[in-house]
Amino acid sequence: MSEYLILRHRAIPGLERLPVYLEHQGFAAFKKAVMELPPAQVIQMVKDSGLRGRGGAGFPTGLKWSFLPNDLWPHYVVANADESEPGTFKDREIMESNPFQFLEGLMIAAYAVQANVAYIYIRGEYWHIARWLDQKIAELEQAGLLGERLFGTDYSLRIYTHLGAGAYICGEETALLESLEGKLGQPRLRPPFPATAGLYNRPTVVNNVETLANVPLIVLNGPAWYHNYGTDKSPGTKVFSLSGCVNRPGNYELPFGVTFRELIFEHGGGVPEGRTLKAVMTAGASSVLIPMDESVLDTPMDYESLNKFGGSLGSASVIVLDDSVNMAWLTQKTVNFFKHESCGKCTPCREGTYWMNRLAERIVRGKAGLREVELLYQVARQMQGKCLCALGEFSTLAVVSSIDRFRADFEAVVTKEPIYG
Amino acid sequence: MNTLRAKYADEIQAILAKYPPEHKRSAVMPLLYLAQREAGYVTVQAMAEIAEILEISITDVASIVGFYTLYYDQPHGRYHIQVCTDLPCALRGAEDFLKALCQALGVEVGQVTPDGLFVIEEVKCIGACHRAPVFQVQGDGEIVFHENQTLETALAVIEALRQKAQQEKEGTA
Repeated sequence: MSEYLILRHRAIPGLERLPVYLEHQGFAAFKKAVMELPPAQVIQMVKDSGLRGRGGAGFPTGLKWSFLPNDLWPHYVVANADESEPGTFKDREIMESNPFQFLEGLMIAAYAVQANVAYIYIRGEYWHIARWLDQKIAELEQAGLLGERLFGTDYSLRIYTHLGAGAYICGEETALLESLEGKLGQPRLRPPFPATAGLYNRPTVVNNVETLANVPLIVLNGPAWYHNYGTDKSPGTKVFSLSGCVNRPGNYELPFGVTFRELIFEHGGGVPEGRTLKAVMTAGASSVLIPMDESVLDTPMDYESLNKFGGSLGSASVIVLDDSVNMAWLTQKTVNFFKHESCGKCTPCREGTYWMNRLAERIVRGKAGLREVELLYQVARQMQGKCLCALGEFSTLAVVSSIDRFRADFEAVVTKEPIYG
Repeated sequence: MNTLRAKYADEIQAILAKYPPEHKRSAVMPLLYLAQREAGYVTVQAMAEIAEILEISITDVASIVGFYTLYYDQPHGRYHIQVCTDLPCALRGAEDFLKALCQALGVEVGQVTPDGLFVIEEVKCIGACHRAPVFQVQGDGEIVFHENQTLETALAVIEALRQKAQQEKEGTA
């Protein structure tokens, strides 16, 4: 793509340094918001832009901000930098290479809901990035862009980083808030939603890193400009994390509506030589398997179009699978992940992921028959719709879709060739 | 005597300042990292001291240590070589890489090398799927990524850490 909105550092060398970022209109949007725009107008701009949350759910960002009640204070904004979905590595690049655009977005979000404190909840494995962001925050304070009574107004803002410690579930926003409060990272029952009872039981906005990185450009260029990119219902660009059986894995920023064909073949260089494309997962391990053929390849990738496959775009973590991959093996990998990451709070997920893992292991080790494949399917089906949060639901997607769509792979494993002997 | 508080008064103060005074329990995770940096793992005494600083029970602190995978409550090898074998990494050869690494070091996953320095761990996604095989080294209070690895490059990383430890032992570092 010739034009970057989010991965602008690829076009502007040195953008991770404050002087360079300032040269490229850096913090003009934040300054404009704080000095000229009433908070409600900033929220309206983001609403009109059609920006949708990039963490997976695709919820309209401006609408989320507008839910915070103005009779309960203080308000908080939390950046969700707990990127942990297998196949997702986009927020990391944004924070490493274009940190100020993310921070500016966070600052505008804080101003829009009149929060004076914002937190960045960042996964423990990104320890080095947290230190890096701490440096950037200190630079902003020194430059007078962050701190008390900004630009001579009454508005003050502080940003703090908070390191997680290796729990995938903390990417779920209520578990994240529990963790930030110093508790076990287990999801809360909803409602109430964080917008009314979030951090410390106060109104809270939780937004993904990539979502926030969009905000400065929207405030600077206006909502109408933003609709120049992407589709009607999914405006803007998306950073697709491309991984798996593909020649050029990596992050690709492309407008919503790009087809599988363009992403995988034009940008990703296709599958390794001699292999054929078998299926794709679009939301990391939390995906249904979409079998690939010529017609599916031309499907546009946005929040709406994948529904017809029973799938969703999620965080656009596209894992490419070629004909060397046995889907029973894949199922065991994903189920093992979710079993490890289940927080243990609700019974269907805690027990369900455990039993799915045991069954899947027996299947790939050649110690099971078709009866166990059927049982695995039944356990997954029974979990669906019964879990407290999305993790439990996600853990069933690869199981059900792979048995439905690639049953022959399971049959081959249980009747002929076990994968791990 | 709260040795953590005595030794790291300023750092603890800076951590507590991030959170509202009435919600200082929020500081439990950063304080656990501090304690782990100090001793290589979180000792029972450190848990008690953190509980005292935050005015919560030791059980509350211990539950956090137990829930999150990056905290250790036992001495466990100085450097944790953490290899991701989740689906995207496995598609790029991470399982074979892990096997070869274990063979080269003569240990099983989870077993500490005889010199007490290294333990190989199989971990979940660490956000570097496009550069697999990949591992992170957790130790000395840091987490360092090593991407696009082969057995040879990984062994070189391990050897460098071994030499660092050796020099420290001999007092030449």
